[in-house]
Amino acid sequence: MSKNVLVLGEAREGELRNVSFETIAAAKTISGGGTVTAVLLGDSVENLAQEMVHYGADRVVTVEHPHLKQYTSDAYSQAFMAVYEQEKPDAIVLGHTAMGKDLSPKLASKLSSGLISDVTKIEGEGDAAEFIRPIYSGKAFEKVQSKGGLLFITIRPNNIEPLAKDESRSGDVSSLTVDITNLRSVIANVVRKSTEGVDLSEAKVIIAGGRGVKSEDGFKPLEELAHLLGGAVGASRGACDADYCDYSLQIGQTGKVVTPDLYIAVGISGAIQHMAGMSNSKVIVAINKDPEANIFKVADYGIVGDLFEVVPMMIEEVKKLKGSPAV
Amino acid sequence: MNIYALVKRTFDTEEKIVVKNGAIQEDGAEFIINPYDEYAVEEAIQVRDEHGGEVTVLSLGGEDAEKQLRTALAMGADKAVLINTEDDLDEMDEFSASKIISEYLKDKDADLIIAGNVAIDGGSGQVGPRVAELLGINYVTTITDLKIDGTSATLVRDVEGDSETIETSLPLLVTAQQGLNEPRYPSLPGIMKAKKKPLEELELDDLDLDEDEVEAKTKTIDIFMPPEKAAGRVLEGDISDQVSELVNLLNKEAKVI
Repeated sequence: MSKNVLVLGEAREGELRNVSFETIAAAKTISGGGTVTAVLLGDSVENLAQEMVHYGADRVVTVEHPHLKQYTSDAYSQAFMAVYEQEKPDAIVLGHTAMGKDLSPKLASKLSSGLISDVTKIEGEGDAAEFIRPIYSGKAFEKVQSKGGLLFITIRPNNIEPLAKDESRSGDVSSLTVDITNLRSVIANVVRKSTEGVDLSEAKVIIAGGRGVKSEDGFKPLEELAHLLGGAVGASRGACDADYCDYSLQIGQTGKVVTPDLYIAVGISGAIQHMAGMSNSKVIVAINKDPEANIFKVADYGIVGDLFEVVPMMIEEVKKLKGSPAV
Repeated sequence: MNIYALVKRTFDTEEKIVVKNGAIQEDGAEFIINPYDEYAVEEAIQVRDEHGGEVTVLSLGGEDAEKQLRTALAMGADKAVLINTEDDLDEMDEFSASKIISEYLKDKDADLIIAGNVAIDGGSGQVGPRVAELLGINYVTTITDLKIDGTSATLVRDVEGDSETIETSLPLLVTAQQGLNEPRYPSLPGIMKAKKKPLEELELDDLDLDEDEVEAKTKTIDIFMPPEKAAGRVLEGDISDQVSELVNLLNKEAKVI
């Protein structure tokens, strides 16, 4: 049976995040030839609708409201449920982002449905689809099936390949007016810490520092390298506990679990709880002065050496590779 | 204030995972309070110490979870409740767990419920928000700060590195993110006292729940280990040669930069 699938696009500072296109690809796999309808919520999102179509959505439904400018679970759940009631889909796909993690359990609870969170791979198609998700922070995986009823999943960013963008695709865009009331949370203030705007969970390149970085200042070269490679900076628990950086950067079983294309571990010994958070990265580089460090066991490439010597050299090499540094 | 902390018994983060016949082997493994739930217990104790009231720690699972509840009592919680599903349910998912927990909490008039933002085993982070929705109360996830003034609450949320300050009111469910506090170690007198604190054990029958009302909506059909990685290459030679070789390999061979 073909399924009609609803996906929720997610914008950040006026632009669709990649994970939005990944949800469309996941939805196509699940739909077995059914319709994929993208939902966009915000104060002004209609201009983003065509892009969702170019990435494979068959239709788009937008809900615009001043209360949707910033995400709150009350406002977004009311808007999404209104679209749900109109569309009555067989399946829902959201990104496993901060928003998706916060919103999806509320929706699943309202819908009395199961919810398969943090899916990294879909095997099979349509009704036969099975979902792979990491457990124990990636130390193991489980394969999960829905037992029937509404199928609801969230997908981890950066794991499911989006469809190629095709600007010749066309699809119907409609808007829905929703009354949004009774908001219980007010966002009083937002402090943006991630200056580069590259979020750890979506970054293609992560440069992570450990205790070996020795100080807050020690992270500066890592930031420069991350900037050059368009990536983000992460850290081990040791570095966070020692106050070299904020806990929001922590990667590991406690902290974030990441799967970038390139993970460079700098001065990180590779405690099992850190490895759980990064060992499924596509390419891992370890830079450590201790040749016995555990991190070398999962690294594709390793340099045994002093990070304070190696990282600045890497910065120079990358600059050479990329031509003259950006002005 | 009537405060509840939701606690899950999980594998120690230092444990290696062994899979046999599609199941995680638990023999000989060390178990702990899920680290995020430890922040929840600590926060509950701090809120009680500042505003008065009582902290109840609640866990769902088998008899073995008693140990983690005793640890929470030794940290300073006042009472513990274990909903033992061992005999009634072979499998549970987040739908089942949240239904059972909310059924227990629905007539308890909790002012504040604190959970971990995620359990490090299943890792779905669903149960907290699902419970709040079933109870009809508001929730705020991944908090790093909590201030309560009367029935108003001001919280800071970690949102992918950004911090959001949120104003809301009680009753409320929050989930704890790392950085919220430093969980205390149980003291020796605390451990002695914990032995005498009340620990109530309930089953589904006591909650007037039938097994089919909490039947899982999803099913795990296999558990497996990630593929072993082949040994990597440790580069050799002068450091500067190694670095240029590395950058070259990342560009040409791995094609990631």
